Amino acid sequence: MIAAAQIEKQVDTTPEVILYTEQISKIYPGTVALDKVNFHVYQGKVNVLVGENGAGKSTLMKILAGVERPTEGRLLLEEQAIAPHNPREAEELGIGIIYQELNLFPNLNIAENIYMAHEITQGNAVIRHKEQEKRAAELLSRLEQPIDPKTPVANLRIGQQQIVEIAKALALNTRILIMDEPTSALSNAEVEVLVRVIEQLKANGVTIIYISHKLEELMQIGDYITVLRDGHLVAESPMSEVSLPWIIERMVGRETTATYQPPKHEMGEELLRVDGLTLPRPAGAGYLLENVSFSLRAGEILGIDGLMGAGRTELFECLMGLHPHAKGEIWLAGNKAKGSSLDQRIKHGLMLIPEDRQREGLVADLSVAQNMLLASLKKYMRVIYLSKRKERDNVTRLVRELAIKVSNIDFPVSSLSGGNQQKVVVGKALLTGPKVLLMDEPTRGIDVGAKEEIFMIMRQLAARGLGIIFVSTELKEILTAADRILVMSKGRITKEFLHDEATQQALVEASAIGHELVRKEV
Amino acid sequence: MDMPISAGSGVVDRSKKNITIRRLLLQLRAFIALIILFTFFAAYSDGFLNENNLIILTKQVAINAILGIGMTFVILTSGIDLSVGSIVGLCGMVAGALISQGLRIQALDAVVYFTFWPLVVIVLIVGMIIGLVNGILITRFNVAPFIATLGTLYIARGLAMLMNNGATFTNFADPKLGEPAFVKLGSEKLLALPYSIWIMAVMGVIAVFLTMKTPFGRQIFAIGGNKRAAQLSGVRVKSVTMLTYVISGLCSGMVGLIIASQLRASHPATGEGYELNAIAAVVLGGTSLSGGRGAIGGTIIGAFVIGVLNNGMTLENVSSFWQQVITGIVIILAVIIDQVQQRLQERNMV
Repeated sequence: MIAAAQIEKQVDTTPEVILYTEQISKIYPGTVALDKVNFHVYQGKVNVLVGENGAGKSTLMKILAGVERPTEGRLLLEEQAIAPHNPREAEELGIGIIYQELNLFPNLNIAENIYMAHEITQGNAVIRHKEQEKRAAELLSRLEQPIDPKTPVANLRIGQQQIVEIAKALALNTRILIMDEPTSALSNAEVEVLVRVIEQLKANGVTIIYISHKLEELMQIGDYITVLRDGHLVAESPMSEVSLPWIIERMVGRETTATYQPPKHEMGEELLRVDGLTLPRPAGAGYLLENVSFSLRAGEILGIDGLMGAGRTELFECLMGLHPHAKGEIWLAGNKAKGSSLDQRIKHGLMLIPEDRQREGLVADLSVAQNMLLASLKKYMRVIYLSKRKERDNVTRLVRELAIKVSNIDFPVSSLSGGNQQKVVVGKALLTGPKVLLMDEPTRGIDVGAKEEIFMIMRQLAARGLGIIFVSTELKEILTAADRILVMSKGRITKEFLHDEATQQALVEASAIGHELVRKEV
Repeated sequence: MDMPISAGSGVVDRSKKNITIRRLLLQLRAFIALIILFTFFAAYSDGFLNENNLIILTKQVAINAILGIGMTFVILTSGIDLSVGSIVGLCGMVAGALISQGLRIQALDAVVYFTFWPLVVIVLIVGMIIGLVNGILITRFNVAPFIATLGTLYIARGLAMLMNNGATFTNFADPKLGEPAFVKLGSEKLLALPYSIWIMAVMGVIAVFLTMKTPFGRQIFAIGGNKRAAQLSGVRVKSVTMLTYVISGLCSGMVGLIIASQLRASHPATGEGYELNAIAAVVLGGTSLSGGRGAIGGTIIGAFVIGVLNNGMTLENVSSFWQQVITGIVIILAVIIDQVQQRLQERNMV
């Protein structure tokens, strides 16, 4: 095997390498997602892949699964070069993937899902349901999950659905199974079941590639760990030789590019106070948000950290009045927020910049200008019609203020780059005249330069007296941009830090509260 | 987790002239088709430019165009209204009943006959109420628009039949009965054009204003383009959507009035299949059935294309069976061109 220079530790060569990515690079317009990555996957082991958001994990997995093609480099499966052009070809080579968002048909039963597009047929035409159900039952019992294969998938809990995905992969004789954040939506009990199933798979000779953000969990499950950072493979090691701080250090890197800029202005009065905000789970027991209380001052940037499912998005949705059955009080500049409709909250001075630009932030068919004006149309009325001049003046003012690169504000918003699209969403929010901006993952899917611009804009807005709350899964961002940090886990605020007190380590620990695994008994 | 897949695509320079011209031609395709059809029939069909023929033509077009205007509002929100034909029938019957039987008020033991304006207002309100029912079913009870309006299609038609036990109200012109002004609506002209054309024009102008110049219109496009983004921008998605069905009901009510006044009678089966003609006009006019893209002007041109095509073919003695085949082909061609345009647009943008 070629020992790449950037690999810190020489890897024990006893277990066989089943899959190897040789100098794999992936270049998207504007960004290098992967830069000459040499990734070893060991036969019959759990190969953990970690890295911050944007480190390149997903891209690497997509290349292995045939979804994306590498720009450079090659894949070696048992020392044979392979080049899967699509997921089907990867499947035929024995490489399967289970995405974070499961790919099942809730309207079909387990057996039908397992054999979807690979049906067992009579004369290539008629599905042999009995045979499919029999084999599905065998697969499920192999995974020690004896569920009736005729059960509709809609009736299964998320954990069980994941088992169905695994069974689906086994039915295709998958030898290498990629699992992308498999535990992000699971309860603790379900995680334990999954851990047992993974043991079972290993015993059957299946190789696992396991991606997770939950560091403690993957330290227990993994045999080998590979750390990606900014598209580079920075470290690879047997899990037994590493510690939690070691992983965090490699993930984050010692140097941070952007530095925290303390506010040059005084914090103003309290703008927002949230008191005992509680949101029950839609079905059954537990809470999505449990007794969340905090406050925000004018000119302050408050960062919220937490893992997926910690309740960050739900917190924003509750503040915007999207969950009418949420309990608790919200005070804005000393006034209790009345009513629970979104446009009332906007009138109170709250505005959300949603996480998913394409799905929630923008109307792709409308122009840049029309998108920007959408939330504040009433302001541009002249008697009974929209004044083109008022519209234009406001849009051009914000295009200038936010330095949006657009040659014509009447072009469709979809013609802009990710960073500029995000600025359009910010512009739309600003035109409502907000007091408090809620920014959900404001830098998701935009390149580094645009990220820094977004943070600069946030600082400028804060200096004008706005309060800003932002959510990010990237610790580095929270540490560089926030004046104060709240850490959430399982719907509760577990810790609060001022900027100077916060460290990566402390944030990671606080976000894992409530996620501790029961120790594996061996 | 996610890599910036679409990042850095940059600002696009779309100033290339040939692209602009091609796009312009595509956008004006319905209008160009109309001009070609009109010139063709004007040149080859003797009776086509005859004044009487043109008036018959425009009367037919007006009916379809008014329904299409209402339908455009609904389709822009990515909805559909199948009930318009039945509302036409019901509203015609309501007008007929009010004219020939009046409104019996039990408590006073009296029968009230209405003059022209109250009559019009009542009939339009009936149309709007059916539209409101559609809107409530769709936004409050989350019934799919197709199903909700399919249901009201049957309900309104059934009610129309019940009005006079399936029979027709006739003789609106009878001076002893009701309101002679009502008949004038269908028969008289203003500046050489029948009233129905003027009604179409006024409603068209109002509709263009609403869609292009008011927050309501902008919000309709936003809802059709991305309902979630509209909601998060503070758009009252439910109210706005509901209002589009009310507008569609209003337009249907207007058509019910026009037809009843033109025929001087109201028949409960009037308007059967009109919903499909209206949808065809909308689609021909370039409005996307998935919502968010389109224009009122396109729908009116679409209605003219269908009208000129049918009228010209009738004059040329093309059998009505072939007319149907050809109309179908034209609609499908229009949608294919629409797809081509979209693909071109996407390609130019990357």
